[in-house]
Amino acid sequence: MNYKTKKRIEKIILYTFVIIMLIFYVFPFYYAIISSVTPNSELFSKSIKLFPKSPTFKNYILVFTERPFHQNILNSVIVAGATTILSLIFGAFAGYAVARLRMPGKVAIMSLILAVSMFPQVSILGALFQILRNMKLINTYPGLILPYIALNLPLTTWILHNFFKDIPISIEESAAIDGCSKFMTLWKIIIPLSAPGLVTTGLLTFIAAWNEFMFALTFMQLPEKYTVPVAIAMFSGKTFYELPWGQLMAAAVIVTVPLVALVLIFQNKIVAGLTAGAVKG
Amino acid sequence: MLAILITAFFPLLKTFWDSLFSFGLRPGIVKRFVGLDNYARLLNDTRFMTSLINTLIFTAISVSLEFVLGLATALILNADFALRGVVRAAILIPWAIPTSVSSQMWKWMYNDQYGIISQILYNLGWLAPGTPILSNKWSSMFAILAVDVWKTAPFMALLLLAGLQTIPSELYEASRIDGASKWKQFTKITLPILSPTIAVALIFRTLDALRVFDIFYIMNKSVETLAVYNRHILMDRAFTGAWFGYGSAISVVIFLIISIFAIIYIRSLNLRFE
Repeated sequence: MNYKTKKRIEKIILYTFVIIMLIFYVFPFYYAIISSVTPNSELFSKSIKLFPKSPTFKNYILVFTERPFHQNILNSVIVAGATTILSLIFGAFAGYAVARLRMPGKVAIMSLILAVSMFPQVSILGALFQILRNMKLINTYPGLILPYIALNLPLTTWILHNFFKDIPISIEESAAIDGCSKFMTLWKIIIPLSAPGLVTTGLLTFIAAWNEFMFALTFMQLPEKYTVPVAIAMFSGKTFYELPWGQLMAAAVIVTVPLVALVLIFQNKIVAGLTAGAVKG
Repeated sequence: MLAILITAFFPLLKTFWDSLFSFGLRPGIVKRFVGLDNYARLLNDTRFMTSLINTLIFTAISVSLEFVLGLATALILNADFALRGVVRAAILIPWAIPTSVSSQMWKWMYNDQYGIISQILYNLGWLAPGTPILSNKWSSMFAILAVDVWKTAPFMALLLLAGLQTIPSELYEASRIDGASKWKQFTKITLPILSPTIAVALIFRTLDALRVFDIFYIMNKSVETLAVYNRHILMDRAFTGAWFGYGSAISVVIFLIISIFAIIYIRSLNLRFE
């Protein structure tokens, strides 16, 4: 076998593997899309369905007309959005403090932050529920946003600290000579310079808050207060036995498409953030 | 900084404090100090023990499968082929989909009447037609493992890929000139250099798998993990009886189990700050 044929065989094997890998990772999502546009008569038949014969968007309409799904999406946007913005603000201060201030026990503090990010959430679920109930925050947006900030702040601080650390301190010193206060330095110099880091961190926080399930399930107990993951998990039909799978898949596609778009657009940043932070998913 | 400490540690201390009492969440149930009684009760709770074993089985199998599959994916992604960037983005899709959404997507594929996976298994003759995959303990454990592996192998792959890309290609070229086979290159160059990344990825995934809740809660109620059982006691039972203190004791035990792994993890990261 000469060198050229050997190379060619290697290429064929490689592409076969790439295709198998792609099918494995993408197929369930494809199947959800297909199911969502398949009319019920075809969907509930005992045959393997890979393409709909007569595609329909009825399920996409029904998901909004038969249930408060638009309200669920709005809830998720508000909760995940507020969590992201507030986590970025607090995380920027905390991350900057850790990156710049020379203080004793820095390793201990960073270890502690990491440790918090590994908390089993269920361990604080009961206590948080009691606290939120006493504060009358069950079924309110702040009742979900506050725990989410607490969950995400360690990660935000950690990743932003990594970005801030790499900004040369001489820039800040010259700003100080020009009469910039510490706060102004952070606002006018550090934040713009670390914009890519903020985008990455913000995306990761947003995805984490958008996807969170256990707290949302426990602290938001009314169907019109559900966030998207809870609404989808609690999906029900008119009777217990008929789950409207077509509608459910339509709902799944609706909430997944924006995330998939975000991931495709920002994939380099997300990968960098995941691997640089590499502490929490 | 203080905020992190307060929001995270105060509930934890409260959980520990609550675990020393017998009480419920419905008003009218008298709060009684019972010391460590709740912890003693745990030892005789077969449902707790079963959920502990389920969690450990799930963790061991899912982490190993994810590692093998993640490494395979990383090796493929590290090779040179057309549209590599697009493929790398595509495999991130399972990671980005909310777990509750992917659980429902797979639940549909497992549907005993119309699901595609069930249909394929029936056609292959591996499963009697109409058998519900998700109602048997072991078949649902494997069904759930498949979902978890699908969802998190991409994340594992990205971590490993980052490690792979730090290996200088000269090393491979030199060894090829020396006549080393692909397998030899893999075991003698790739694995040793990658091992710190592998360690971090494995322990990190272990911590995540031990906390698993969403998939089990949504897909099936016949296999329970620690988190699912814990939430059931805290949120369902505590409203009908004096179960809250007991549930808090379970929370503390889960926290301790995960802390042991977390300490190993932080140690292995070998944190350094100038």
